[in-house]
Amino acid sequence: MDFLKVDAVHHTYFTKTSAVTALSDVSLEVEEGEFVSFLGPSGCGKTTLLSIIAGLFEPTEGTVTLEGKRVETAENEIGYMLQQDYLFPWKNIEENILLGLKIGNSLTPDKKAYALKLLQEMGLKGVESQFPKQLSGGMRQRVALVRTLATGPKLLMLDEPFSALDYQTKLKLEDLVSDTLKSFGKTAILVTHDIGEAISMSDRVFLFSARPGQLHKTFVIPKELRDETPFNARNHEVYPAIFQTIWKELESLEPAGER
Amino acid sequence: MSPQENVKFLHRKYIQSLNREKKWVRFYQAVIFIVFFSGWELASQKQWIDPLIFSAPSKVWGLFLTKIQDGTLMVDLGYTLSETVFGFILGTFLGTLLAAILWWSPMLSKIADPYLVVLNSMPKVALGPILIVALGPSFTSIVAMGAIISIIITTIVVYTSFKEVDPNYIKVLQTFGANRFQIFREAILPASFPTIISTLKVNVGLSWVGVIVGEFLVSSKGLGYMIIYGFQVFNFTLVMLSLLVIAVFATVMYQLVELLERKLIKNGS
Ligand SMILES: Nc1ncnc2c1ncn2[C@@H]1O[C@H](COP(=O)(O)OP(=O)(O)OP(=O)(O)O)[C@@H](O)[C@H]1O
Ligand SMILES: [Mg+2]
Repeated sequence: MDFLKVDAVHHTYFTKTSAVTALSDVSLEVEEGEFVSFLGPSGCGKTTLLSIIAGLFEPTEGTVTLEGKRVETAENEIGYMLQQDYLFPWKNIEENILLGLKIGNSLTPDKKAYALKLLQEMGLKGVESQFPKQLSGGMRQRVALVRTLATGPKLLMLDEPFSALDYQTKLKLEDLVSDTLKSFGKTAILVTHDIGEAISMSDRVFLFSARPGQLHKTFVIPKELRDETPFNARNHEVYPAIFQTIWKELESLEPAGER
Repeated sequence: MSPQENVKFLHRKYIQSLNREKKWVRFYQAVIFIVFFSGWELASQKQWIDPLIFSAPSKVWGLFLTKIQDGTLMVDLGYTLSETVFGFILGTFLGTLLAAILWWSPMLSKIADPYLVVLNSMPKVALGPILIVALGPSFTSIVAMGAIISIIITTIVVYTSFKEVDPNYIKVLQTFGANRFQIFREAILPASFPTIISTLKVNVGLSWVGVIVGEFLVSSKGLGYMIIYGFQVFNFTLVMLSLLVIAVFATVMYQLVELLERKLIKNGS
Protein backbone atom coordinates (compact mmCIF):
# COMPACT_ATOMS: atom_id res chain seq x y z
CA MET A 1 0.00 0.00 0.00
CA ASP A 2 1.23 3.45 -0.79
CA PHE A 3 1.98 5.89 1.98
CA LEU A 4 0.55 8.96 0.30
CA LYS A 5 -1.72 8.57 -2.70
CA VAL A 6 -3.08 11.49 -4.70
CA ASP A 7 -5.73 10.09 -7.00
CA ALA A 8 -7.15 11.95 -10.01
CA VAL A 9 -7.30 15.28 -8.20
CA HIS A 10 -8.94 18.14 -9.98
CA HIS A 11 -9.45 21.54 -8.43
CA THR A 12 -11.21 24.64 -9.64
CA TYR A 13 -11.42 27.89 -7.67
CA PHE A 14 -14.74 29.61 -8.07
CA THR A 15 -15.21 33.33 -7.61
CA LYS A 16 -18.08 35.58 -8.61
CA THR A 17 -16.41 36.58 -11.83
CA SER A 18 -14.31 33.56 -12.75
CA ALA A 19 -13.60 29.88 -12.42
CA VAL A 20 -9.87 29.14 -12.35
CA THR A 21 -8.81 25.55 -12.80
CA ALA A 22 -5.69 25.21 -10.69
CA LEU A 23 -5.19 21.46 -10.94
CA SER A 24 -6.30 19.03 -13.57
CA ASP A 25 -6.16 15.27 -13.16
CA VAL A 26 -3.15 15.02 -10.88
CA SER A 27 -2.22 11.54 -9.66
CA LEU A 28 0.94 10.63 -7.82
CA GLU A 29 2.27 8.46 -5.03
CA VAL A 30 4.88 9.00 -2.39
CA GLU A 31 6.54 6.17 -0.47
CA GLU A 32 7.22 6.25 3.22
CA GLY A 33 10.56 7.86 4.05
CA GLU A 34 10.84 9.39 0.60
CA PHE A 35 11.78 13.01 -0.07
CA VAL A 36 10.10 14.40 -3.17
CA SER A 37 9.99 17.85 -4.76
CA PHE A 38 7.28 19.65 -6.69
CA LEU A 39 8.83 21.86 -9.31
CA GLY A 40 7.01 24.07 -11.76
CA PRO A 41 6.32 27.57 -13.01
CA SER A 42 4.48 30.07 -10.83
CA GLY A 43 0.75 29.49 -10.74
CA CYS A 44 0.83 25.82 -11.67
CA GLY A 45 -1.06 24.88 -8.52
CA LYS A 46 1.70 23.70 -6.19
CA THR A 47 0.36 25.52 -3.16
CA THR A 48 -3.14 24.39 -4.02
CA LEU A 49 -2.01 20.77 -4.13
CA LEU A 50 -0.25 21.07 -0.76
CA SER A 51 -3.34 22.63 0.80
CA ILE A 52 -5.45 19.75 -0.49
CA ILE A 53 -2.98 17.16 0.80
CA ALA A 54 -2.98 18.99 4.15
CA GLY A 55 -6.75 18.55 4.20
CA LEU A 56 -7.40 22.30 4.41
CA PHE A 57 -10.07 21.99 1.74
CA GLU A 58 -11.43 19.23 -0.46
CA PRO A 59 -10.58 19.06 -4.15
CA THR A 60 -13.43 19.53 -6.59
CA GLU A 61 -12.80 15.96 -7.71
CA GLY A 62 -10.50 13.13 -6.68
CA THR A 63 -9.17 11.85 -3.37
CA VAL A 64 -6.03 12.03 -1.28
CA THR A 65 -5.21 9.26 1.17
CA LEU A 66 -2.47 8.89 3.76
CA GLU A 67 -1.91 5.28 4.78
CA GLY A 68 -5.25 4.44 3.25
CA LYS A 69 -7.17 7.07 5.26
CA ARG A 70 -8.65 10.18 3.66
CA VAL A 71 -6.61 13.21 4.65
CA GLU A 72 -9.66 15.25 5.71
CA THR A 73 -10.01 12.93 8.69
CA ALA A 74 -6.31 12.75 9.61
CA GLU A 75 -5.35 14.77 12.64
CA ASN A 76 -1.94 16.25 13.13
CA GLU A 77 -0.34 13.64 10.91
CA ILE A 78 0.61 16.11 8.23
CA GLY A 79 2.88 19.03 8.98
CA TYR A 80 2.63 21.91 6.55
CA MET A 81 5.02 24.82 6.52
CA LEU A 82 3.63 27.74 4.52
CA GLN A 83 5.40 29.80 1.90
CA GLN A 84 6.38 32.34 4.57
CA ASP A 85 7.20 31.61 8.19
CA TYR A 86 3.98 33.07 9.66
CA LEU A 87 5.26 33.02 13.18
CA PHE A 88 2.76 34.73 15.46
CA PRO A 89 4.29 38.12 16.25
CA TRP A 90 2.55 38.39 19.64
CA LYS A 91 3.89 35.06 20.86
CA ASN A 92 7.47 34.48 21.85
CA ILE A 93 9.52 31.73 20.22
CA GLU A 94 8.70 29.11 22.83
CA GLU A 95 4.95 29.81 22.58
CA ASN A 96 5.25 29.70 18.81
CA ILE A 97 6.91 26.30 18.62
CA LEU A 98 4.48 24.80 21.14
CA LEU A 99 1.43 26.10 19.29
CA GLY A 100 0.64 22.86 17.45
CA LEU A 101 0.82 20.83 20.65
CA LYS A 102 -1.37 23.34 22.47
CA ILE A 103 -3.99 23.23 19.72
CA GLY A 104 -3.98 19.45 19.74
CA ASN A 105 -4.27 19.38 23.55
CA SER A 106 -1.15 17.26 23.72
CA LEU A 107 1.27 19.59 25.46
CA THR A 108 2.94 17.08 27.76
CA PRO A 109 6.30 17.76 29.45
CA ASP A 110 8.04 15.21 27.17
CA LYS A 111 6.73 16.78 24.01
CA LYS A 112 7.67 20.22 25.25
CA ALA A 113 11.19 19.02 26.01
CA TYR A 114 11.33 17.46 22.55
CA ALA A 115 10.34 20.72 20.88
CA LEU A 116 12.93 22.65 22.83
CA LYS A 117 15.55 20.08 21.94
CA LEU A 118 14.68 20.42 18.26
CA LEU A 119 15.13 24.16 18.57
CA GLN A 120 18.55 23.59 20.02
CA GLU A 121 19.46 21.16 17.25
CA MET A 122 18.55 23.82 14.72
CA GLY A 123 21.19 26.00 16.33
CA LEU A 124 18.73 28.26 18.09
CA LYS A 125 19.61 27.95 21.73
CA GLY A 126 18.55 30.76 24.05
CA VAL A 127 15.99 32.46 21.80
CA GLU A 128 12.98 30.92 23.58
CA SER A 129 11.80 34.11 25.21
CA GLN A 130 12.52 36.38 22.25
CA PHE A 131 9.88 37.55 19.81
CA PRO A 132 9.85 36.68 16.08
CA LYS A 133 10.75 40.16 14.89
CA GLN A 134 13.97 40.05 16.88
CA LEU A 135 15.16 37.13 14.73
CA SER A 136 16.66 37.11 11.25
CA GLY A 137 14.81 35.60 8.28
CA GLY A 138 16.84 32.39 8.38
CA MET A 139 16.28 31.97 12.11
CA ARG A 140 12.55 32.52 11.74
CA GLN A 141 12.38 29.92 9.01
CA ARG A 142 14.07 27.42 11.31
CA VAL A 143 11.66 28.27 14.13
CA ALA A 144 8.76 27.68 11.74
CA LEU A 145 10.27 24.31 10.87
CA VAL A 146 10.55 23.40 14.55
CA ARG A 147 6.93 24.45 15.06
CA THR A 148 5.91 22.11 12.23
CA LEU A 149 8.06 19.20 13.44
CA ALA A 150 7.10 19.55 17.12
CA THR A 151 3.81 17.70 16.70
CA GLY A 152 5.65 14.73 15.17
CA PRO A 153 3.88 14.64 11.79
CA LYS A 154 4.21 11.57 9.59
CA LEU A 155 4.38 13.66 6.46
CA LEU A 156 6.09 17.01 6.21
CA MET A 157 5.34 19.52 3.48
CA LEU A 158 7.48 22.58 2.86
CA ASP A 159 6.25 25.33 0.53
CA GLU A 160 9.25 27.19 -0.83
CA PRO A 161 10.87 27.33 2.58
CA PHE A 162 14.10 28.93 1.42
CA SER A 163 12.97 31.25 -1.35
CA ALA A 164 13.11 34.41 0.74
CA LEU A 165 16.60 33.76 2.07
CA ASP A 166 20.00 34.82 0.82
CA TYR A 167 21.96 32.21 -1.10
CA GLN A 168 24.42 31.31 1.63
CA THR A 169 21.77 30.89 4.34
CA LYS A 170 19.73 28.87 1.89
CA LEU A 171 22.55 26.42 1.19
CA LYS A 172 23.21 25.97 4.91
CA LEU A 173 19.55 25.45 5.72
CA GLU A 174 19.16 22.93 2.90
CA ASP A 175 21.86 20.81 4.51
CA LEU A 176 20.38 21.23 7.97
CA VAL A 177 16.83 20.37 6.93
CA SER A 178 17.90 17.44 4.79
CA ASP A 179 20.01 16.11 7.64
CA THR A 180 17.26 16.54 10.25
CA LEU A 181 14.63 14.87 8.10
CA LYS A 182 16.89 11.99 7.15
CA SER A 183 17.72 11.30 10.77
CA PHE A 184 13.99 11.03 11.55
CA GLY A 185 13.29 9.03 8.39
CA LYS A 186 10.51 11.49 7.61
CA THR A 187 8.52 11.55 4.42
CA ALA A 188 8.66 15.02 2.94
CA ILE A 189 7.36 17.08 0.05
CA LEU A 190 9.26 20.19 -0.93
CA VAL A 191 7.86 22.84 -3.24
CA THR A 192 10.44 24.93 -5.01
CA HIS A 193 11.20 27.06 -8.03
CA ASP A 194 14.87 26.21 -7.80
CA ILE A 195 15.91 23.25 -9.97
CA GLY A 196 19.19 22.85 -8.08
CA GLU A 197 17.37 22.66 -4.77
CA ALA A 198 14.97 20.06 -6.10
CA ILE A 199 17.79 17.89 -7.46
CA SER A 200 20.09 18.17 -4.48
CA MET A 201 17.48 17.53 -1.79
CA SER A 202 15.11 14.94 -3.17
CA ASP A 203 14.75 11.34 -4.27
CA ARG A 204 12.23 12.19 -6.96
CA VAL A 205 11.21 15.41 -8.67
CA PHE A 206 7.68 15.96 -9.96
CA LEU A 207 7.58 18.56 -12.70
CA PHE A 208 4.28 20.42 -13.13
CA SER A 209 3.06 22.45 -16.05
CA ALA A 210 0.75 25.44 -15.73
CA ARG A 211 -2.68 26.44 -17.00
CA PRO A 212 -4.12 24.08 -15.98
CA GLY A 213 -1.74 22.58 -13.43
CA GLN A 214 -0.83 19.09 -14.51
CA LEU A 215 1.84 16.60 -13.63
CA HIS A 216 4.16 16.84 -16.61
CA LYS A 217 7.01 14.47 -15.83
CA THR A 218 8.69 12.65 -12.98
CA PHE A 219 12.47 12.48 -12.58
CA VAL A 220 14.20 9.94 -10.40
CA ILE A 221 17.40 11.28 -8.88
CA PRO A 222 20.29 8.80 -9.10
CA LYS A 223 21.46 7.11 -5.93
CA GLU A 224 24.88 8.74 -5.87
CA LEU A 225 23.27 12.17 -5.50
CA ARG A 226 20.68 11.06 -2.95
CA ASP A 227 23.38 9.86 -0.57
CA GLU A 228 25.16 13.20 -0.62
CA THR A 229 24.28 16.28 1.43
CA PRO A 230 22.54 18.91 -0.73
CA PHE A 231 25.68 21.05 -0.80
CA ASN A 232 27.90 18.21 -2.02
CA ALA A 233 25.27 17.04 -4.47
CA ARG A 234 25.42 20.41 -6.19
CA ASN A 235 29.13 19.77 -6.80
CA HIS A 236 28.74 16.16 -7.90
CA GLU A 237 29.78 15.19 -11.43
CA VAL A 238 26.36 13.84 -12.47
CA TYR A 239 24.56 16.98 -11.23
CA PRO A 240 25.02 19.20 -14.33
CA ALA A 241 23.54 16.59 -16.67
CA ILE A 242 20.37 16.21 -14.60
CA PHE A 243 20.14 19.94 -14.20
CA GLN A 244 20.28 20.32 -17.99
CA THR A 245 17.58 17.70 -18.55
CA ILE A 246 15.16 19.30 -16.11
CA TRP A 247 16.02 22.80 -17.29
CA LYS A 248 15.22 21.86 -20.92
CA GLU A 249 11.98 20.29 -19.84
CA LEU A 250 11.03 23.42 -17.89
CA GLU A 251 11.94 25.64 -20.83
CA SER A 252 9.69 23.60 -23.09
CA LEU A 253 6.82 24.38 -20.71
CA GLU A 254 7.37 28.13 -20.75
CA PRO A 255 7.38 29.56 -24.25
CA ALA A 256 10.28 31.97 -24.75
CA GLY A 257 9.65 35.54 -23.67
CA GLU A 258 6.94 34.60 -21.21
CA ARG A 259 8.64 34.43 -17.84
CA MET B 1 40.30 65.26 16.30
CA SER B 2 40.15 61.55 15.40
CA PRO B 3 37.09 60.31 13.47
CA GLN B 4 35.80 58.39 16.52
CA GLU B 5 36.02 61.43 18.77
CA ASN B 6 34.35 63.40 16.08
CA VAL B 7 31.40 60.96 15.96
CA LYS B 8 31.11 61.07 19.74
CA PHE B 9 31.21 64.82 19.72
CA LEU B 10 28.52 65.02 17.05
CA HIS B 11 26.35 62.54 18.93
CA ARG B 12 26.64 64.60 22.11
CA LYS B 13 25.67 67.67 20.15
CA TYR B 14 22.70 65.85 18.68
CA ILE B 15 21.46 64.80 22.13
CA GLN B 16 21.94 68.33 23.40
CA SER B 17 19.86 69.70 20.55
CA LEU B 18 17.11 67.17 21.32
CA ASN B 19 17.07 68.22 24.96
CA ARG B 20 17.03 71.87 24.06
CA GLU B 21 14.05 71.31 21.78
CA LYS B 22 12.20 69.45 24.53
CA LYS B 23 12.81 72.29 26.97
CA TRP B 24 11.44 74.83 24.53
CA VAL B 25 8.33 72.71 23.91
CA ARG B 26 7.68 72.47 27.66
CA PHE B 27 8.33 76.20 28.03
CA TYR B 28 5.78 77.18 25.39
CA GLN B 29 3.23 74.77 26.83
CA ALA B 30 3.65 76.44 30.21
CA VAL B 31 3.40 79.87 28.61
CA ILE B 32 0.10 78.99 26.94
CA PHE B 33 -1.27 77.68 30.24
CA ILE B 34 -0.25 80.77 32.22
CA VAL B 35 -1.27 83.26 29.55
CA PHE B 36 -4.68 81.60 29.18
CA PHE B 37 -5.55 81.59 32.87
CA SER B 38 -4.05 84.96 33.77
CA GLY B 39 -5.55 86.52 30.64
CA TRP B 40 -8.90 85.10 31.64
CA GLU B 41 -8.53 86.46 35.19
CA LEU B 42 -7.40 89.87 34.01
CA ALA B 43 -10.06 90.19 31.33
CA SER B 44 -12.71 89.30 33.83
CA GLN B 45 -11.52 91.75 36.49
CA LYS B 46 -11.17 94.59 34.01
CA GLN B 47 -14.65 93.75 32.71
CA TRP B 48 -13.35 93.18 29.16
CA ILE B 49 -15.49 90.09 29.22
CA ASP B 50 -18.70 89.74 31.16
CA PRO B 51 -17.67 88.22 34.51
CA LEU B 52 -21.19 86.98 34.99
CA ILE B 53 -20.95 84.73 31.95
CA PHE B 54 -17.27 83.90 31.79
CA SER B 55 -16.55 83.90 35.51
CA ALA B 56 -12.87 84.02 36.51
CA PRO B 57 -10.21 81.47 37.53
CA SER B 58 -10.07 82.90 41.06
CA LYS B 59 -13.84 82.48 41.48
CA VAL B 60 -13.73 78.96 40.05
CA TRP B 61 -10.90 78.10 42.42
CA GLY B 62 -12.83 79.56 45.36
CA LEU B 63 -15.90 77.55 44.48
CA PHE B 64 -13.73 74.47 44.03
CA LEU B 65 -12.38 74.84 47.59
CA THR B 66 -15.85 75.37 49.09
CA LYS B 67 -17.30 72.41 47.24
CA ILE B 68 -14.37 70.23 48.28
CA GLN B 69 -14.89 71.23 51.90
CA ASP B 70 -18.63 70.58 51.96
CA GLY B 71 -18.03 67.35 50.01
CA THR B 72 -20.64 68.04 47.30
CA LEU B 73 -18.07 68.07 44.47
CA MET B 74 -16.83 64.62 45.41
CA VAL B 75 -20.38 63.26 45.40
CA ASP B 76 -21.14 64.61 41.94
CA LEU B 77 -17.75 63.62 40.60
CA GLY B 78 -18.17 60.12 42.05
CA TYR B 79 -21.49 59.69 40.26
CA THR B 80 -20.31 60.89 36.91
CA LEU B 81 -17.03 59.05 37.07
CA SER B 82 -18.60 55.70 37.93
CA GLU B 83 -21.27 56.14 35.26
CA THR B 84 -18.62 56.93 32.69
CA VAL B 85 -16.35 54.06 33.67
CA PHE B 86 -19.23 51.57 33.64
CA GLY B 87 -20.60 52.91 30.37
CA PHE B 88 -17.17 52.79 28.81
CA ILE B 89 -16.42 49.24 29.90
CA LEU B 90 -19.89 48.02 29.00
CA GLY B 91 -19.82 49.70 25.58
CA THR B 92 -16.40 48.36 24.68
CA PHE B 93 -17.12 44.87 26.02
CA LEU B 94 -20.51 44.49 24.37
CA GLY B 95 -19.20 45.96 21.13
CA THR B 96 -16.33 43.48 21.06
CA LEU B 97 -18.68 40.63 21.97
CA LEU B 98 -21.02 41.55 19.14
CA ALA B 99 -18.05 41.70 16.77
CA ALA B 100 -17.04 38.20 17.90
CA ILE B 101 -20.55 36.89 17.25
CA LEU B 102 -20.57 38.44 13.78
CA TRP B 103 -17.18 36.89 13.05
CA TRP B 104 -18.45 33.55 14.27
CA SER B 105 -21.39 33.56 11.90
CA PRO B 106 -20.67 35.08 8.49
CA MET B 107 -24.31 34.56 7.58
CA LEU B 108 -25.48 36.61 10.57
CA SER B 109 -23.00 39.37 9.72
CA LYS B 110 -24.38 39.62 6.20
CA ILE B 111 -27.91 39.84 7.55
CA ALA B 112 -26.98 42.40 10.21
CA ASP B 113 -24.98 44.62 7.86
CA PRO B 114 -27.66 47.18 6.81
CA TYR B 115 -28.96 47.44 10.38
CA LEU B 116 -25.49 48.21 11.66
CA VAL B 117 -25.12 50.94 9.08
CA VAL B 118 -28.43 52.52 10.11
CA LEU B 119 -27.70 52.25 13.83
CA ASN B 120 -24.23 53.67 13.32
CA SER B 121 -25.39 56.72 11.39
CA MET B 122 -28.07 57.47 13.97
CA PRO B 123 -27.15 60.09 16.59
CA LYS B 124 -27.25 57.88 19.68
CA VAL B 125 -27.85 60.69 22.20
CA ALA B 126 -31.23 61.19 20.53
CA LEU B 127 -32.22 57.89 22.10
CA GLY B 128 -31.73 59.44 25.54
CA PRO B 129 -35.39 60.24 26.31
CA ILE B 130 -36.46 56.73 25.32
CA LEU B 131 -33.80 55.13 27.51
CA ILE B 132 -34.82 57.28 30.45
CA VAL B 133 -38.46 56.39 30.04
CA ALA B 134 -37.65 52.72 29.63
CA LEU B 135 -35.05 52.34 32.39
CA GLY B 136 -36.14 55.10 34.73
CA PRO B 137 -34.27 58.35 35.48
CA SER B 138 -31.49 56.61 37.31
CA PHE B 139 -27.89 55.46 37.33
CA THR B 140 -28.78 52.60 34.97
CA SER B 141 -30.16 54.74 32.19
CA ILE B 142 -27.17 57.07 32.30
CA VAL B 143 -24.73 54.13 32.15
CA ALA B 144 -26.78 52.85 29.22
CA MET B 145 -26.31 56.22 27.49
CA GLY B 146 -22.56 56.03 28.06
CA ALA B 147 -22.48 52.51 26.64
CA ILE B 148 -24.89 52.78 23.72
CA ILE B 149 -22.99 55.66 22.20
CA SER B 150 -19.92 53.46 21.67
CA ILE B 151 -21.30 49.94 21.12
CA ILE B 152 -22.08 50.06 17.41
CA ILE B 153 -18.95 51.85 16.32
CA THR B 154 -16.87 49.44 18.42
CA THR B 155 -18.66 46.50 16.80
CA ILE B 156 -17.99 47.79 13.31
CA VAL B 157 -14.36 48.70 13.84
CA VAL B 158 -13.44 45.56 15.76
CA TYR B 159 -15.32 43.27 13.38
CA THR B 160 -13.50 44.83 10.44
CA SER B 161 -10.20 44.17 12.13
CA PHE B 162 -11.23 40.54 12.88
CA LYS B 163 -11.91 40.06 9.19
CA GLU B 164 -8.63 41.61 8.14
CA VAL B 165 -6.43 39.20 10.09
CA ASP B 166 -4.04 37.58 7.62
CA PRO B 167 -5.75 34.32 6.58
CA ASN B 168 -2.41 32.56 6.60
CA TYR B 169 -2.31 32.66 10.41
CA ILE B 170 -5.64 30.84 10.30
CA LYS B 171 -4.18 28.41 7.79
CA VAL B 172 -1.28 27.65 10.14
CA LEU B 173 -3.75 26.89 12.93
CA GLN B 174 -5.90 24.76 10.63
CA THR B 175 -2.92 22.62 9.70
CA PHE B 176 -2.74 21.82 13.42
CA GLY B 177 -6.43 20.94 13.37
CA ALA B 178 -7.64 24.00 15.30
CA ASN B 179 -11.39 24.54 15.74
CA ARG B 180 -13.08 27.88 15.30
CA PHE B 181 -12.84 28.81 18.96
CA GLN B 182 -9.09 28.08 19.01
CA ILE B 183 -8.62 30.12 15.86
CA PHE B 184 -10.37 33.02 17.56
CA ARG B 185 -8.34 32.75 20.75
CA GLU B 186 -4.92 32.20 19.18
CA ALA B 187 -5.05 34.42 16.11
CA ILE B 188 -8.11 36.61 15.62
CA LEU B 189 -8.29 38.19 19.07
CA PRO B 190 -4.59 38.81 19.73
CA ALA B 191 -4.07 40.11 16.19
CA SER B 192 -6.85 42.63 16.82
CA PHE B 193 -5.62 43.87 20.20
CA PRO B 194 -4.09 47.03 18.74
CA THR B 195 -7.41 47.91 17.12
CA ILE B 196 -9.37 47.16 20.26
CA ILE B 197 -7.06 49.40 22.26
CA SER B 198 -7.45 52.23 19.80
CA THR B 199 -11.25 51.93 20.00
CA LEU B 200 -10.85 52.10 23.79
CA LYS B 201 -9.23 55.47 23.34
CA VAL B 202 -12.08 56.72 21.20
CA ASN B 203 -14.65 55.23 23.56
CA VAL B 204 -13.28 57.15 26.55
CA GLY B 205 -14.33 60.37 24.85
CA LEU B 206 -17.64 58.96 23.61
CA SER B 207 -18.68 57.67 27.03
CA TRP B 208 -18.16 61.11 28.55
CA VAL B 209 -20.44 62.57 25.89
CA GLY B 210 -23.11 59.95 26.57
CA VAL B 211 -22.98 60.36 30.32
CA ILE B 212 -22.98 64.15 30.35
CA VAL B 213 -25.94 64.27 27.97
CA GLY B 214 -27.67 61.63 30.10
CA GLU B 215 -27.17 63.80 33.18
CA PHE B 216 -28.50 66.84 31.32
CA LEU B 217 -31.68 64.90 30.70
CA VAL B 218 -32.10 63.24 34.08
CA SER B 219 -31.05 66.40 35.95
CA SER B 220 -30.60 65.09 39.44
CA LYS B 221 -26.88 64.71 40.16
CA GLY B 222 -23.43 64.54 38.62
CA LEU B 223 -21.18 66.93 36.76
CA GLY B 224 -23.57 67.14 33.83
CA TYR B 225 -26.30 68.17 36.22
CA MET B 226 -23.93 70.78 37.70
CA ILE B 227 -23.59 72.28 34.22
CA ILE B 228 -27.34 72.34 33.57
CA TYR B 229 -28.10 73.68 37.03
CA GLY B 230 -25.44 76.37 36.78
CA PHE B 231 -26.87 77.36 33.42
CA GLN B 232 -30.42 77.59 34.76
CA VAL B 233 -29.54 79.73 37.80
CA PHE B 234 -26.99 81.66 35.75
CA ASN B 235 -24.09 80.57 37.94
CA PHE B 236 -21.39 80.20 35.32
CA THR B 237 -18.66 79.73 37.88
CA LEU B 238 -20.31 76.39 38.58
CA VAL B 239 -20.41 75.54 34.86
CA MET B 240 -16.72 76.39 34.41
CA LEU B 241 -15.74 74.36 37.47
CA SER B 242 -17.61 71.37 36.13
CA LEU B 243 -15.99 71.71 32.71
CA LEU B 244 -12.49 71.91 34.18
CA VAL B 245 -13.08 68.87 36.39
CA ILE B 246 -14.37 66.92 33.40
CA ALA B 247 -11.34 67.92 31.34
CA VAL B 248 -8.97 66.71 34.06
CA PHE B 249 -10.68 63.35 34.62
CA ALA B 250 -11.27 62.58 30.95
CA THR B 251 -7.53 63.10 30.42
CA VAL B 252 -6.68 60.84 33.36
CA MET B 253 -8.90 58.08 31.91
CA TYR B 254 -7.25 58.44 28.53
CA GLN B 255 -3.81 58.16 30.11
CA LEU B 256 -4.88 55.01 31.94
CA VAL B 257 -5.93 53.44 28.64
CA GLU B 258 -2.53 54.30 27.20
CA LEU B 259 -0.90 52.62 30.19
CA LEU B 260 -3.03 49.54 29.56
CA GLU B 261 -1.93 49.60 25.94
CA ARG B 262 1.72 49.44 26.92
CA LYS B 263 0.99 46.54 29.28
CA LEU B 264 -1.13 44.51 26.83
CA ILE B 265 0.73 44.81 23.59
CA LYS B 266 3.90 42.82 23.86
CA ASN B 267 5.93 41.78 20.89
CA GLY B 268 9.42 42.55 21.93
CA SER B 269 9.44 46.23 21.10
N1 LIG C 1 -8.07 31.38 -3.26
C1 LIG C 1 -8.01 31.40 -4.60
N2 LIG C 1 -9.06 31.86 -5.33
C2 LIG C 1 -9.01 31.89 -6.68
N3 LIG C 1 -7.95 31.49 -7.41
C3 LIG C 1 -6.86 31.01 -6.75
C4 LIG C 1 -6.84 30.97 -5.31
N4 LIG C 1 -5.64 30.46 -4.92
C5 LIG C 1 -4.96 30.23 -6.07
N5 LIG C 1 -5.70 30.54 -7.17
C6 LIG C 1 -5.28 30.37 -8.57
O1 LIG C 1 -4.92 29.02 -8.76
C7 LIG C 1 -3.74 28.90 -9.55
C8 LIG C 1 -2.71 28.10 -8.78
O2 LIG C 1 -2.30 28.82 -7.63
P1 LIG C 1 -1.21 28.27 -6.60
O3 LIG C 1 -1.08 29.27 -5.52
O4 LIG C 1 -1.57 26.89 -6.21
O5 LIG C 1 0.10 28.27 -7.51
P2 LIG C 1 1.61 27.97 -7.11
O6 LIG C 1 2.10 26.92 -8.03
O7 LIG C 1 1.74 27.71 -5.66
O8 LIG C 1 2.32 29.34 -7.48
P3 LIG C 1 3.62 30.00 -6.83
O9 LIG C 1 4.77 29.21 -7.34
O10 LIG C 1 3.62 31.38 -7.40
O11 LIG C 1 3.49 29.95 -5.35
C9 LIG C 1 -3.32 30.32 -9.87
O12 LIG C 1 -3.73 30.59 -11.20
C10 LIG C 1 -4.04 31.19 -8.88
O13 LIG C 1 -4.38 32.41 -9.47
MG1 LIG D 1 2.76 28.72 -4.04
